[in-house]
Amino acid sequence: MNRPNFIRTTLLIAATIAAPLLAHSFKAGALTITHPWARETAQGQVVGGGFMEIRNGGKADDRLISASAPVAAEVQLHTMTMDNGVMRMRQVKDGIAIPAGQTVTLKPGGLHIMFMGLKAPLAKGTTIPATLRFQRAGAVKVRFAVQAVATAAPQEMHHARH
Amino acid sequence: MPDTEPTAPRGLVSLRAFLRIAVFLVGGMGLIAWLGKSPLDRPASVAASFGGTFDLTAPNGSTVSDKTLAGKPYAIFFGFTRCPDVCPTNLARMARLRQKLGADGMKFAIVFVSVDPGHDTREGIGKYVELFNTPIIGLTGTPEQLARIQKGFGVYVKRVPLDAAKPEGDYTIDHTAATYLMTADGKLQSIIAHEEADEMALAKLKRLIG
Repeated sequence: MNRPNFIRTTLLIAATIAAPLLAHSFKAGALTITHPWARETAQGQVVGGGFMEIRNGGKADDRLISASAPVAAEVQLHTMTMDNGVMRMRQVKDGIAIPAGQTVTLKPGGLHIMFMGLKAPLAKGTTIPATLRFQRAGAVKVRFAVQAVATAAPQEMHHARH
Repeated sequence: MPDTEPTAPRGLVSLRAFLRIAVFLVGGMGLIAWLGKSPLDRPASVAASFGGTFDLTAPNGSTVSDKTLAGKPYAIFFGFTRCPDVCPTNLARMARLRQKLGADGMKFAIVFVSVDPGHDTREGIGKYVELFNTPIIGLTGTPEQLARIQKGFGVYVKRVPLDAAKPEGDYTIDHTAATYLMTADGKLQSIIAHEEADEMALAKLKRLIG
């Protein structure tokens, strides 16, 4: 096999393997939830953060009002701000608005969900089931991919290279 | 050409403009000087006393103090294991930058001080720092010991209830998210802000290890 062909074949195989991972998104009505992910946690660590992208392709506003997961005693919606060098984390009381036609990203440095009271550590490479509850779209079952603690963004593109 | 400023003669206008620019420049320079004030520029007494003396406990129960840390530069960060984001992001960055430094990466120590004695046990801190796949000295102490080091480093730490309606319930901790770079003889050399770019942080680490 010559080199360009080899590369093309490798890419094709990689793309085939990556396809299900890239398709790690969940649809519910007008909402698309893309790549929910969480950071791995240490043994004994009882809290972990979860992130995702929520797109509202509909004409009506929606709102993420709560979440739950079997692995955690409670799941809370949080926001994080940096204020003059000080990190402040706060619970979001009225949920997270997902306006019509917009995408809201829960990511490190801002909005996130917190798995509180973990019954087991979140292990890298596993996925954990969770239910998100929206005002309009109702309950949506998703799975959070657990990534290495060092990651600050979804790692799906990296999977394609493995 | 007629004067376009009917209310003031030309000389006065330019004087006013000059003053305006001067005030802007002086204010701006002052602000820049204030923002960019490196700890190196501070009076020697401040740099020398920064950090102060402290005694904390490592996951294996041994005591780690400013004296035991002396002899090797170190990067010290304050946080808590329940910190969703800032703490893992900072520690992961330190691990990443250490890797970038190659063989020089081990010329400085990474120190993580948990300021959450209510939640974090020393064993728990040990497990937490292991997540980053590089040697990190995880420390904690009694509330008194922590108060002392927080004061020494001027770190802001405040317990805040997660639910304002339940002040006695579970809490989070507002805390300074900066990493302090200390020289081998225990003096503050520079500070890496949480929002700072990797390149800047790397340059500071290079300077730290000389």
